[in-house]
Amino acid sequence: MSEAGPAIDPIHQFHINVIAPLSIGGVDASFTNASLFMVIILAVIAFIMLVGTSGEHIVPNRLQTLAEMSYEFVASTVRQTAGEAGMKFFPFVFSVFMFVFFSNLIGLVPYTFTVTSQIIVTFAFAAFIILLVLAYGFYKNGTHFLNLFVPSGVSPILLPFIVLIEIISFASRPISLSVRLFANMLAGHITLKVFGGFVTLLLGAGVYALLAPLPLIGIVLLTAFELLVAFLQAYVFAILTCVYLNDAIHPGH
Amino acid sequence: MAHDVEGHKAGTEVPGGPAHEGGVFPPFDPNNFAAELIWLTITFGAIYLLMSRIALPRVAKIIATRKDKIDSDLAAAAKAQDDAAAAAAAHEKTLDAAKAKAQAMGQAAHADVKAQADARRAALEGELNAKLAAAEAQIATTKTAAMGNVDSIANETAQAILQHITGKPADVSAVAAAIAALKS
Repeated sequence: MSEAGPAIDPIHQFHINVIAPLSIGGVDASFTNASLFMVIILAVIAFIMLVGTSGEHIVPNRLQTLAEMSYEFVASTVRQTAGEAGMKFFPFVFSVFMFVFFSNLIGLVPYTFTVTSQIIVTFAFAAFIILLVLAYGFYKNGTHFLNLFVPSGVSPILLPFIVLIEIISFASRPISLSVRLFANMLAGHITLKVFGGFVTLLLGAGVYALLAPLPLIGIVLLTAFELLVAFLQAYVFAILTCVYLNDAIHPGH
Repeated sequence: MAHDVEGHKAGTEVPGGPAHEGGVFPPFDPNNFAAELIWLTITFGAIYLLMSRIALPRVAKIIATRKDKIDSDLAAAAKAQDDAAAAAAAHEKTLDAAKAKAQAMGQAAHADVKAQADARRAALEGELNAKLAAAEAQIATTKTAAMGNVDSIANETAQAILQHITGKPADVSAVAAAIAALKS
């Protein structure tokens, strides 16, 4: 998209463009390209999970296999990380995983928009997860939940420092969780765009046009790598959600 | 909490709409935050509801149904196998019994036939022996009779020869004595 001019802008792909201006009670709620791709993600997930399973075949077809694989994959992740008690959060973790995964994946298609490259989106997820952990932790364990910050078997002299470290570590979770995903997506897309810019720059530079295929090969390899990152980051996001929820379910160290 | 803070910021700072100032890096532009959060809430809420209410219970049901089906099929297969093994064992047993019976029948028939044959042979032998004895007795009597006849023939022949030679009737008692002396 941005290769049109000689100045290649790798940031252009992250611009929010308003499609339909909308305001609810003085708060901006415009339908933007980000909103559009959120709706597309919703549509894709709904298609796979609802249309795919509508047949309820004993011997699944392709789409149903995909739906079942997603289910089994996330279910086993939740079970292994947060135990059987964590399964009450399975629908939430599943929704988060699917949303992040399809956001990352759809973002790799040229001319699309990557929802997870917006820090506010990833931060909203991370903040919601941490609030959920806090709320459920206190609801389930009461003040016993605070034991999360007090590891057992630490000498009394060190204990204040350890507790401080634990609290800082807990407080930094939403930041690390959101920035990890956001930065991975942002960096990957900027790299792809910069390599794409090299191709056009080299093509317009006389003899150096001979070198143009090199960054093109780079893009191909990077795209394959970004596919891996797209899955891996969604998986990491989901598994960390499970780990944090596990702290809320079993606060003892 | 995050929702409130960010939404408030966007709402107070720029109530109009996401305008793009040149210097701001788009992902960090707070003007976009409110709209993005609202749409994220709508779309993710919809995904969560669809997944938790419809899709995931349906998949769980499919998997449970399949597991039941596989389990029942396996159980049926195991039962069929057991039945087949039992049938094979019963067949084997019947076969063995039939074999044993056939053997016993064969032996019985053999013994029967042998006994009958023995009995018949014994009877036949007895009959033949009796016939032989009778024949021998008859031969003995016939021989005795024949020998008696030979005496009389010899007597008569000797008398005839003597009469012919001497020209007068022979002494009957002398001839008989002579023949008796010859015979002993």
